[in-house]
Amino acid sequence: MSPPSIVISAAQATPAPLATRMRGLSDRAIAWLFIAPTMLLLLAINIFPLIWTVRLSFTNFRANRPNAEVISVGIDHYVSILTDPDVWGPMQATAHFLFWTITLQTLIGFTLAYLIDRKFRGHGFWTTLILIPMMLSPAVVGNFWAFIYQPQIGLFNYVVSFATGIPPSSFEMLGSVKLAPWSIIIVDTWMWTPYVMLICLAGLRSIPDYIYEAAEVDRASSWRQFWSITLPMVLPFIMLAVLFRGIENFKMFDLVNLLTNGGPGSTTEVVSITLKREAFEKWRTGYSSALAIILFVAVFGLANIYVKALNAVKNR
Amino acid sequence: MSAGLHRKGISTAHSVVEPTSLSKRVAMIVVVLYAVITLVPLLWIALTSIKSPPDSISYPPKVLFEPSIEGYCNLFTTRSRQTEEYIKSLPPAVDACDRAARRNSMVVVSRSNYLPRFLNSLIIAFGSTLLSVSLGVMAAYAFSRFKVPGKDDLMFFILSTRMMPPIAVAIPIYLMYRELGLSDTKLGMILLYSAVNVSLAVWLLKGFIDEIPREYEEAAMVDGYTRLQAFRKVVLPQATTGIVATAIFCLIFAWNEYAFAVLLTSGDAQTAPPFIPIIIGEGGQDWPAVAAGTMLFLIPILVFTVLLRKHLLRGITFGAVRK
Repeated sequence: MSPPSIVISAAQATPAPLATRMRGLSDRAIAWLFIAPTMLLLLAINIFPLIWTVRLSFTNFRANRPNAEVISVGIDHYVSILTDPDVWGPMQATAHFLFWTITLQTLIGFTLAYLIDRKFRGHGFWTTLILIPMMLSPAVVGNFWAFIYQPQIGLFNYVVSFATGIPPSSFEMLGSVKLAPWSIIIVDTWMWTPYVMLICLAGLRSIPDYIYEAAEVDRASSWRQFWSITLPMVLPFIMLAVLFRGIENFKMFDLVNLLTNGGPGSTTEVVSITLKREAFEKWRTGYSSALAIILFVAVFGLANIYVKALNAVKNR
Repeated sequence: MSAGLHRKGISTAHSVVEPTSLSKRVAMIVVVLYAVITLVPLLWIALTSIKSPPDSISYPPKVLFEPSIEGYCNLFTTRSRQTEEYIKSLPPAVDACDRAARRNSMVVVSRSNYLPRFLNSLIIAFGSTLLSVSLGVMAAYAFSRFKVPGKDDLMFFILSTRMMPPIAVAIPIYLMYRELGLSDTKLGMILLYSAVNVSLAVWLLKGFIDEIPREYEEAAMVDGYTRLQAFRKVVLPQATTGIVATAIFCLIFAWNEYAFAVLLTSGDAQTAPPFIPIIIGEGGQDWPAVAAGTMLFLIPILVFTVLLRKHLLRGITFGAVRK
């Protein structure tokens, strides 16, 4: 910055416009003024509660007994969570759900994007139709799927029986230990395949035609073109979609809560449901806070990988 | 963003790589088939909403049936069962819903909670969108135009707040709101959804503002505008499309949100998503009413999806992929 005296003389010496500008706030001040409200909101609604969670995770506090004496339990909750074999149930349920939803959505999503990229007549219209499920509320639509899955009266069993001949009342999607996880995977795939498709489509469209033209000149087979041009160039986009779906499905709550609520037994109890049960049904606030912190760390790790991948895609 | 992802100008149409007409036809058949299958559940919701309750639970599921307004009536009213004599003693029915109820030996008692819950959804969605987009556009401008120390870390911090599982955040929020008297209030939900959405708003809007040439503001400032005036009179109008697209994304998120709503609200501030699944009739869930509530809830989103078509990709990837 120039010394003040020079600024003043410059302001006096120059005509009105520059002088007005000098009277305005400095860029530095504006920058902080503009960023501060967002930061304040995030500190109040995200960071302060997070710190509170950390504190609670070392106590035996129960939110339904606010006046009971709070005793520090040290790292007991963390130790018991990390050594408790029962915690692996929800982790396995989450992993199973993550693996199958991501695999199915990537395969179907990429295939659809590849087909839409053939640019047949009316592809824009059909693409928009396909995108609809992903915009809808998972809770509200997921709830209706519970009706579609009803044995006998539900549409799903009826369609399956129509296609395969299995009697519609012989199986229960939501009630059977074997099928319940799949009932959630089906709905999630139905909702989110368009998401993966849209990102893959952007990837396919980012490949310039001249690369294919060069390959044609070199007489590369279309099979070869797919493996050496299409797939490698779309891969960063697929990775991006997978990471986004991974983070979202790791947090999955809505669909499971409304379709099975973790049941039958605890076959579909993903970590969010465990957290809900511990925190809002058993009211073990201290214990559930510790579990929440462990999940934070896991998601934060994922987020870090995600941002690195994001930058890799951006800087390509 | 670098030029990496959109190289539109370079490609040439009708080159040697144009797909053959056979492959186009096959692609079309598969895509259309997928689209039709994927829409069946939505069609089923629409059909169920105009079925009578007995038709909705018939076996096999009915595709052809006599349309009924009972679903929509039941959605907006509460009814009680009465004796035939009592119903006969009443004055004539005032509207179609009344008549439909009396045919089933019921009387409309009062309005249901659907409308208030729907209004809560509207107030909370619009309130939080207004707040998060206002804050977001300012922060995005600062990040886009000024040298902010630790910019990348701050941007990552903002994004990372969105990655937290809602249930994990809900525990301390629940406690904090109880202390502050914000439990089950619209203000509390507006603040909460704003905090969740502001990360999306900052990331999306930064992308949109990055695309506005700096020269515009600089020219305005040479003409005597202050930085703030240039922001208001040059940048904001230029960013209108981006702001509208961002606002719609924030609206959709707040409109669809369920986890926080079901854990933190129960009455005054309850939104439609936690309410619709608990609409019950006599002897279990009233599926036509649930379907009717679902339909009315989804229609605004269908409209917005069509409006947003061009920006959809950007919105769902936090601005990472643009077209």
